[in-house]
Formats: sequence, C-alpha cells, structure tokens
Amino acid sequence: MDQYETLTGKGHSRRRFLRNVTSMSVLAALYGYGGVSPALAWPQVGNHEAERLEDGDTDIFNLVIDRTPMKIDGKPANPITVNGTVPGPAIRMREGRNVRIRVQNKLDEWTSIHWHGILLPFQMDGVPGVTFEGIPPKDTFEYYYPLKQAGTYWYHSHSGLQEQLGHYGPLIVEPAEPEPFDYDRDYVIMLSDWTFEDPHDVFRNLKVAEGYYNYQKRTVEDLLEDIQKKGWSQTMRERAMWGEMRMSSRDLLDVTGSTYTYLVNGRSPNDNWTGLFKPGEKIRLRVINGSAMSFFDVSVPGLKMTVVQVDGQNVEPVPVDEFRIGVAETYDVIVEPDDQQAYTIFAEAMDRSGFAAGTLATEVGLTAEIPEPRSIPSRGMEAMGMDMSNMDMGGMDMGNGGMEMGDQSGGMDMGGQSSGMQGDQAMNGQTSHAGMAMNNDDPAKGGMNMAMDSKGGKAPWPLADRDISHGPDDHGPGAAMVARSPGNRLNDPGIGLKSTPEHKVLVYDDLKALAPWPDPREPEREIELHLTGNMERYMWSFDGEKFSEVDGPIQFHHGERLRLILVNDTMMDHPIHLHGMWMELENQHGDLRPRKHTISVKPGEMVSARITADAPGHWAFHCHLLYHMKAGMFRVVSVA
Amino acid sequence: MITNRHLYMTVGGLMSATLLAVMPLAATADGQAPFAVEKGWAPPVGDEPHGRFLIDRLEYAAGDDEDSVNLEFKGWYGGDYNRIWIEGEAEDVVSGGSGGAIENLDLLYGRLISPYWSVQAGVGYQLEYGPGPDPDRGYAVLGLQGLAPYWFEVDTNLRLSEDGDAWADFEAEYDFLLTQRLVLQPRFGTMVAFDEVEEFGVGQGINNVKLGLRLRYEIKREFAPYVGVSWNKKLGDTADMAEAEGEDTGDFRVLAGVRMWF
Repeated sequence: MDQYETLTGKGHSRRRFLRNVTSMSVLAALYGYGGVSPALAWPQVGNHEAERLEDGDTDIFNLVIDRTPMKIDGKPANPITVNGTVPGPAIRMREGRNVRIRVQNKLDEWTSIHWHGILLPFQMDGVPGVTFEGIPPKDTFEYYYPLKQAGTYWYHSHSGLQEQLGHYGPLIVEPAEPEPFDYDRDYVIMLSDWTFEDPHDVFRNLKVAEGYYNYQKRTVEDLLEDIQKKGWSQTMRERAMWGEMRMSSRDLLDVTGSTYTYLVNGRSPNDNWTGLFKPGEKIRLRVINGSAMSFFDVSVPGLKMTVVQVDGQNVEPVPVDEFRIGVAETYDVIVEPDDQQAYTIFAEAMDRSGFAAGTLATEVGLTAEIPEPRSIPSRGMEAMGMDMSNMDMGGMDMGNGGMEMGDQSGGMDMGGQSSGMQGDQAMNGQTSHAGMAMNNDDPAKGGMNMAMDSKGGKAPWPLADRDISHGPDDHGPGAAMVARSPGNRLNDPGIGLKSTPEHKVLVYDDLKALAPWPDPREPEREIELHLTGNMERYMWSFDGEKFSEVDGPIQFHHGERLRLILVNDTMMDHPIHLHGMWMELENQHGDLRPRKHTISVKPGEMVSARITADAPGHWAFHCHLLYHMKAGMFRVVSVA
Repeated sequence: MITNRHLYMTVGGLMSATLLAVMPLAATADGQAPFAVEKGWAPPVGDEPHGRFLIDRLEYAAGDDEDSVNLEFKGWYGGDYNRIWIEGEAEDVVSGGSGGAIENLDLLYGRLISPYWSVQAGVGYQLEYGPGPDPDRGYAVLGLQGLAPYWFEVDTNLRLSEDGDAWADFEAEYDFLLTQRLVLQPRFGTMVAFDEVEEFGVGQGINNVKLGLRLRYEIKREFAPYVGVSWNKKLGDTADMAEAEGEDTGDFRVLAGVRMWF
C-alpha cells in the first residue's frame, strides 16, 4: 500500500477545476451531497453522474455514504445512498489515468466500496475482512489506484447487507483507444431490487422459513393441469422425482416480487425512467445488474439489441432479442430506433414474479406497452444434473444414473431409490426449454461436443470427458444434492427461455472475444469447486463448507495459469464472482474466450475458466447473490 | 396440582443443566471460529445464530362430550448444525369436564446429521391433572426430526421415564397447497408403549392413532388461522383400560385455531 500512499501525498486542496462530464451534471449538482433530499432516486430523464475533478494524471471523486429518506415507487424509504441517491452517481473514470476516491462514511455503522470488475492493488479492492478493515462510522477512506482497463462496471458496498439498501452505483471507464463499435449516445441502465423490509429480516425469513418469499409454488391446480396435459402416469412420475428429492421445480429465485420492487436507475416502472433519443441514433445501453438477488431477462420489444461488451470486455457483436443478466454482470448493447415511437426497456425477473421497466423515447412522457408477464417456468431434469446424453439415446434409467440426494442416512430416507423413470419422456415443465434434451443443437455432455466438432472448427469443451467423482455424501449435511452428471449448458439460455430464429436469446456460447488474451499458456493446474447448498436451512457453500467452516484460503500460486472448474450441485443459478483477476470462460471459441468477472452457473451445469494468477494478495471469491454470500458461499483466494 | 415436588425439582434441574451445557455450543452457531486474513478484522461474512418460535396449534376443539383448548409449540435457537429446541404439547378441558394434560414438555439439543435430518436428545416432563390423582413424570428423550422424501414433516421420539418405562411416538404431517395461501394439512400420529403404566392410562403396545385435517389460510407466512377436524382412537390394552374407566375410546372433534410464528 505504501507506494500508493506516497502518491496520495499531494494534499487535499480543492483548487481543481470542475469538469462537466455531461449535460446531466447540472442535475448531478442538484442531487449532490449538499444534504437536500431528492424526491426520487435518479432524475426521470437521463443519467446522473458524479463530479470529476482533475489533478495532473489523477481523476478525483468525492463520495458521501449516508442514509437519505426518499420515495421509492412513491412510498417512503430510508436507503443508504451515495451522494444522496440510489443508485449512487455514475462514476466516469478514464483508462490510463489514476483515480483517487475520497469516501466519507456518515453512517452509524462500518461501510466499504468495492469496485466490481476493476483490477487493482488488493488493498484498494474494498472488501472488509479480506483487503482492509472497512471504513469506520463517521470516518473517511481514500481509494487510489491506476486504471488499466475500460468498459462498464459498477461499485457497491461489501459490508453486511448494505447492498440491498441501495449502496451501489455504475462505474464507467472510458477507453484510451477508440472502441471497435460506435454509438451516438449512451445510457446506464442499472437494474436493482428494492425491498421496504429490513434486509436482516429478509435473511432471517429465508433462514427460518424455507420458501418464505415463493408465492409461485406448485398447487393442486398445477397438478390437475399437468394431469390433463401429460396424463396421470407421466405427471405422477415427475412429481415422484421432485418429491423424492424434496426439491421444488418452482424454486427459481429465493427472494421474489412478493417483497421486491424492481428498479431501473432507482425508479420503479411507475416512476418510468426515460432515455431520450433522436430517430436514427445508435444508443448504447450499459446494462448493469446491481440487484441483491434477482436475475433479469432484458429486452427492448421492437428493437434488436447488439451485444458489444460483456463484463466491460469487447466481444464480437451478437444481435439478440433478449438476454439474461445474472446478478453483478454487465452487458453493453446497441439499439437503433429509427422512428418516433417510444420503446420499453423491459427487465423481467427470471421467476416472472415482477419486472423493472424504463422507456426510450423521443420526448419525456411518452411510454410504450409493457409486455404481458410470461407464465412461470418450472425446472426440468437438467437442473438435477442429469446426464442428458443418455436421454438422447432413449435409454435413460434414473435409478442408476441421474441425481443423487446427499441424504442417505436415517432410516426413513428413501433417497437412493430408483424413481422408475424410463424411456425418453422429457421431464421439463411446460414453458421451460422442453426440447432441451431432444434438440440436436442443444447442449448435452459428450454428444454436444461431437456435434460441435462436426459443425466445423468449434473448439472442444475442455470438460467433455471429465469424470465428476463424488458419492452422494461427499459434501455433508450442507449439501442437499449433488449433480451426478453435470453437463455443458453454455448453449442453454436458461430456465424459462428458449432461443428460436424469430426470438434470439443470448447464450454464453455466443460470446467471442475480439482478440486472444495476453496469456497464451495452457492451464498448469486445475481447481474444482462445487457450488452446494441446503435450502431447508438456507446454508450455501462451496464443497459443502460455509465460510465459517473453512480454515484457510484457496491458494493460487503467483504467476501460474489455472483452470477453475465450477460444478453446480444445487437447484439455483449462482453468479460466481472472482475479485482481482479475470476469468476467461472456456466456451466453444477456443482462444477467443470471453473474459468475465462474474460467471452465472446454471443448476446441474459445469463450467470452466482460465485464470492467470498475476495479482498478489487476498481476494474475495463468492456467489454474488447477497444472501447466499451472507449464508456462507464465500471464500478467500490468496495469490502468493 | 404438582404432586411430586421432588420430581419437579429433579426435572427442572436436569433441564437447566442441559440448557447450560448446550447453549454455548448452539450460540457459536457452527462451532468453529472462521479464519481471519488479519488478526482483529471481523470476518467478511458472519455466521450468526437464528431462532424461531412456532405455535403450530393453538385451537379450540369441540367434541361430543367435552371441549378443550389445545396447544402445540416448537421453538429453536442456534446455528445450522447445532440447535436448542423447546417443544411442548398440552390440552386443557374447558367445557363438559375438567382437567387436562401437559402431554410433553421437552428441552432438546439437536444436531443436523444429514441435509434433512437432525437427531435430538434431551429431557422432558409430563403431567396429567384434573379429577383424581395428578400423575407426572420426567423422562429422557432421543428423537429424529426432519423432512422425509415427498415433503413429509416427520418427528419421532423415544422416551424413557425415570421409572424405567419406555415409549415411542411418531408424528407426520404434510402440506397440500390448494392455492399459494390456502393449505390443507393432514396429520398422523401414533404412540407405542413398551411398558404398561397404569396411572397414565398407558397400555403395552400401540396406544392410539391420531388423525387430523386442518385447512389454514396464510394471511402472511407468520400468521394463519385454520379450521379442521381431529379423530383420536385408543387401541389395544389402552382402549381396554379406558373402557374400564368408563371413557370413550374414540374422540372426534371440530377445531378452530391459529398457527403462528415469531
């Protein structure tokens, strides 16, 4: 830290000149840290940015963390704010320069800011208990680091459950070199989930009452519907399978629209955040998922979106109609509305329990139609980590392969019994990717790989022949199940989504870097981690061990090239975030791997990423679902 | 009403001793202190204990001959693996007779042994009061509690009294979701005694079968009023003993009550 402290020794004088970054900074000043409570989170129109001061090769920002009473969705709330707003102001940094950020904590509790996705000296990473002690109440902390990257990122508190209370904001790093795409204007679209409950109550509800927020469970009505549609025996077989596992096929998000108000730039659908455009302009939407717990499916009905960056990194442009954004991910897309009409920016929660929405329009006050909510998807067999390739061959026997429940002890447990499932019936729910097992171009371990090879030039999946060796008890009481045959789901858009020629949905296999990354080495070492959980007691962990149960960090050797393998042994999607180093996601594009800071791993999925361990220090590694992290799905990675 | 002061004190003492012994274990949640990157720093994610007090049944039960108020509760405090439990079931006759019973009042330590099951061990107390003698006894409990496949909530206990009498009970319940808030809950319970204990009207073998059906509406998760029926049938030697006392062996009741938790 010393070298950075030396550099900060230039005093704290404010005789810098103020630079207006955009026209919105007038509003920014209005909402600045003058103590005036804004009526609403962000202005209705456009983005809200923090003042940027300059001092030589350093850009300076002043941030104040405080509680600010305001209205969210028209109702009184008392969020934690950065410079008085939720989200905090967008911070525009510049690649190739240094940044100094003075953070003043006006709260009565400790706080912190983590710069999500930024590569920096670990002491500046802002994770209390890992990289520093935190910012004490009524104290200040000065972050100082060089920027060696560009793109769309975000910042948020890493203390307790403050993120749920509004302590987050967008972070944009302007590139030193021109980007390989152009646009006429850009807007941050920061998605988040707000609750009027105390986040500690939310966590307690999850801890003591499984399924507390799920009002989309299967009922008798669903059962009758299924019997009508699929027949008695098929329905009973399916129910028996889920019943044996004591899992719910409707367990999609732990915290739902029953308590959440979903926000775009701090504004509910009623408060309609609006971005203005002139017809024919190219608009870059910097979509950031700053939620605590919510995956969103994002679309702008009527417009094609061209994905140009993911997690701040350039990718070969992919035109899509919809994409799913995991918590903490960012997607930059370009849209080109060429008429006067208004367009809805629609972000539907993955479980369909609610949505966030804003508008793109040529003038304020215009709105477009909000799409009808889609039916609630149910998870299918792939979520249990079934080997789907067996099913393709039509000879599936669940008793032998399939899932294993972790619970084999106790005389009453019938977990190991065969469910008697035979044949090639798909177990998927009506609206989920029903064809998943059957479609030739859908992922199935083994079979998939061959298909890709035959399509010409697609890189083989490095995990194709990997044998995931664990018995049913491997992860202990903290893991309610294990995925027996986890597979490749990089070509699967996820639960409730289906990609068709008429409606293209982005998948991880679409992401292709523009150029190979600097480290061409093959991995010297592999680290395999299983994502594990026990819904009944709301325990979340890696390899069945909560953070409180491990006695040391995950060790990376400085300079080594690693392959990190993540196996999802749970029924939930987990956005896994590594601080301080990129994860190069190994998909079908060989050396042109997309680089990510957060990888969403679907149930029953196995993914791998290459990592160059070039950042000495201690780094956080965790599930970015806030309450999963809180419940123990967290590790420290030490690079030495 | 307490006829055996000595016993009362013994059980009370045992309970307090167990509580003192296991409380620290439960309070440290999962036993071990997490490693710290730097000494003195708070861990990045904590592991605090939680707790919940559930009143599963607080109901007015109207029968042919008598009406009673019934109570069943389950409270726990602790971490994910180690928990302290306090559980109880009681009945008080309010019309058509008098008396009642604390069927069980247990103080238990529970340990999660597999994802869905925990074992419980501890001490308990039982009391019958009303016309005639008021027998009571203390006992040790060993239990298994959890969620069986197909989402059956199961609670089973083996009890051994201070006089060396042993018995076991088994209870299972299931939540049938009619809608997201309207839940139909069938229940089944039975008791098997290994020894006859006349003063409690307990015969050797299967004592009874209890069936219940309750329809609750979750106004919120924490508060759900319900209506229902219950049927309690005494069997075997136990039934004979009841008949000899001039009691009915079958007992059908109509219920209204509330399920709530804090």
